[in-house]
Amino acid sequence: MSARRLAKVQPASFAFSPEALEKAHWWIAKFPAGRQQSAVIPLLWLVEKQEGWVPEPALRVVAQMLDMPVIRVLEIATFYTMFHLEPVGAVAHVQVCGTTPCMLRGSNELMAMLKSRIGPKDQLSADGRFSWEEVECMGACANAPMVAIRDAYYEDLDPTSLGALLDAFARGETPPAGSAIGRRGAAPEGGETVLTDPSLFDGSRAKPIKTLPNAPPKAAKAPAAAG
Amino acid sequence: MPKAKVNGVEVEFENGMTVLQVAELAGEEIPRFCYHERLSIAGNCRMCLVEVRPGPPKPQASCALPAADGQEIVTNSAMVKKAREGVMEFLLINHPLDCPICDQGGECDLQDQAMGYGRDATRFEENKRAVEEKHMGPLIKTVMTRCIQCTRCVRFVTEVAGAPELGMISRGENAEITTYLNSAVTSELSANVIDLCPVGALTSRPYAFNARPWELTKTSSIDVMDALGSAIRVDARGAAVLRVLPRTNDAVNEAWISDKTRYACDGLARQRLDRPLLRKGGKLTAISWNEALAEAARRLKATQPDRIGVIAGDLQDAESLKAAKDLFTGLGVSSLDGRPDGLVLGHGPRESWLFNPTLEGLEQADMVVLIGAHPKIEAAVLNARLRRLWLSGRTRFGAIGAPVDHGFGVEQLGEGGAALEALAAGKGDFAKALAKAERPVFILGQGALTRPDSAAVLAAAAKAAARIKLVREGWNGWAVLHTAAARVGALDLGFVPGPGGKAAAEILAKDGADLVFLLGVDEIELGETDAFVIYMGSHGDRGAHRADLILPGAAYTEKPGLYVNTEGRVQRGERAVFPKGEAKEDWTIFRALSAVLGAPLPYDDLDALRARLFADCPSFGRIDHAPGAVPAPLDLSGLGEPGPIADSPFVSPITAFHLTNPICRASVTMAECAGLVASAKMAAE
Repeated sequence: MSARRLAKVQPASFAFSPEALEKAHWWIAKFPAGRQQSAVIPLLWLVEKQEGWVPEPALRVVAQMLDMPVIRVLEIATFYTMFHLEPVGAVAHVQVCGTTPCMLRGSNELMAMLKSRIGPKDQLSADGRFSWEEVECMGACANAPMVAIRDAYYEDLDPTSLGALLDAFARGETPPAGSAIGRRGAAPEGGETVLTDPSLFDGSRAKPIKTLPNAPPKAAKAPAAAG
Repeated sequence: MPKAKVNGVEVEFENGMTVLQVAELAGEEIPRFCYHERLSIAGNCRMCLVEVRPGPPKPQASCALPAADGQEIVTNSAMVKKAREGVMEFLLINHPLDCPICDQGGECDLQDQAMGYGRDATRFEENKRAVEEKHMGPLIKTVMTRCIQCTRCVRFVTEVAGAPELGMISRGENAEITTYLNSAVTSELSANVIDLCPVGALTSRPYAFNARPWELTKTSSIDVMDALGSAIRVDARGAAVLRVLPRTNDAVNEAWISDKTRYACDGLARQRLDRPLLRKGGKLTAISWNEALAEAARRLKATQPDRIGVIAGDLQDAESLKAAKDLFTGLGVSSLDGRPDGLVLGHGPRESWLFNPTLEGLEQADMVVLIGAHPKIEAAVLNARLRRLWLSGRTRFGAIGAPVDHGFGVEQLGEGGAALEALAAGKGDFAKALAKAERPVFILGQGALTRPDSAAVLAAAAKAAARIKLVREGWNGWAVLHTAAARVGALDLGFVPGPGGKAAAEILAKDGADLVFLLGVDEIELGETDAFVIYMGSHGDRGAHRADLILPGAAYTEKPGLYVNTEGRVQRGERAVFPKGEAKEDWTIFRALSAVLGAPLPYDDLDALRARLFADCPSFGRIDHAPGAVPAPLDLSGLGEPGPIADSPFVSPITAFHLTNPICRASVTMAECAGLVASAKMAAE
């Protein structure tokens, strides 16, 4: 996603849904009068959520709502890569992390699989239902490799489990987020390997503490102030 | 005052200055691309790196670093040079090596600074980036691959021009400067981005591939497209004026000029009157100068002086007005008028028709009322100043006139006479605040002063001014904004009807005169008059169209001349090229005509004429002096005649910014711009 340009084919118009509009006004109200422009990113995000991407007419609608030059909205929409300027897969848009930890744990294989199944990156699949892109680190390195679909992280993937995920999305399901191999959060694979001794946790190994490491020094014996 | 050492030399500086400014105080030149003294600081080109101690042991961008007392600034160390070379190498990575076909070549900041800091070869082996062509309208040609993302143009249109239409989209290597969906930039000051662009990304479209800077003869002169008298440089090659650039004059135009000033110059080569013409059997036929002068003299002698009318147009220099006045008053003519637009000012104290607070003095104003003025199209460069004033938050603006886009925040007080009378009566929140203002200004535009009921408008404005003591000790806030470069000069000369004389409209009425002499008058309806019309001017426009005898004169680039701007500042324009064909400098035509009439004017050269002018009208002797710099008292009570004011809105006489005089009407570029504005207006409706 290097060159960020508006899509060639654009809808004729854009309008916020009543819920999104209400949310937009909630955002605008958070900023002092004359500073409504600060709400531009939340508003663009509402557009992204509503349409799945940010069409050009929406930029004008947002600019008008915030009383700001439309070029400023365009600057912001083209700067932030989380705003999609072209339509993405209607069923699922897969964001694959390609940064080092995920790459070391096999994100290249995920991407190869996505390429063969969906098509080249940053493009819609032939049926328009799927698309995928490579993104930078999403902060789930402990569960690498991972992808984000819609608002959820899917972790500890391999081509097979990712394929199963896509199958589930294709069937219209929303698979549960999280690890594909049953890890709880970032807990070690196959159960804990350290701190396994139960006596650590039953209080039996506790010893009374003589002095706390940070305790203030005991009252001085000699009257130092006299010196 | 704090002191800093620049390369070991101690300099004193004012608090708030940046390291770059302090280094300049010490005479060190700091290379820069993004920094511009009239724009906000961006600090993104990194070319101005210097070493500063105390501070981290690394080069620092001097443009964005505040100078501090006791600082040591080093601009010439090996580290600084190496750092700048590194920056330059990065800038050149994606910059094409197309200087031989680039219009900026020879006056390019990047080219110049690469001489000092560029490597002889590139180490970059990747692909060079190429950027799609952009469209920014008929004036600005773009080659965006050359852009180095300094964002000067973005900051200019946003901050100075007040038309935030340019932006930098995308990020990193893919960042590009563009307008929204390649629409044209609409500001009247848009073409200044061409001067600001330090590389060849934004160049002049009409001038594209026309000339190299070293081929041009550069003449410092004064602009006549509006009444500000912006300082310009006329670049000519041979007999052709190829371009007009701004010169810096902080008192008038700062560093900017309007698009009209810059681009009307192609009109200097079109529609020109280059030989005397006489209407014979309904057709204009070329004749010789001797025949033309003889015909003019015969007609003048055969006509009663009270049946002769003389009108001076918008672009005349003071010398030609002086010569015309001397010649015609010598003949006994009293119907002289330098106000074809019907301006009500011209009698009474000089201050009554000047922009007294001065353009620079406006900075002190705390409240400004625009009465029938629309500076955005009447004096576009002034608008940048007003906008800055508004941005500073110190000044409150109100306007009486038809609602228009001013480009900054203006409280609409009303549209016509009623609002003005309310202001004079001190009614309303704005008027109450005005009474407490310390430095109030009334900017009176031609929209209010050229109406049939303008005498009453003037009286009402004067009453409002008197009420709030617009003119007080140390301050004169009476500011008349003219639209014609010649107007103040004509009024200063007394080029107004003498006793029993007729004004322009009366002269041109049916049976108003038997002989009408027009000095470049093209902005007035000439269909009524049945007189013999002698037209002197440079362009075949409305005046020449009606004329029976045409005496070809010189355009403003073709004659040395004095022009008085709206402040009353006398400025000297210079000749850049010679008049076209057989055309002559205007005053010499009057001198020759006076000899044929048998009463030669008492000056044979320009110096003698100017000496005479300065002797008769001492105000012309003070070149580059704005009289308002020392606020003069002004008795407002005698201005105008109280009377009923029609409640029609005050509308600026300028309907099309790009087409206000014969030069720009002959210009293809201006026609293109005007067409764009007109179609945008139609689309909006």
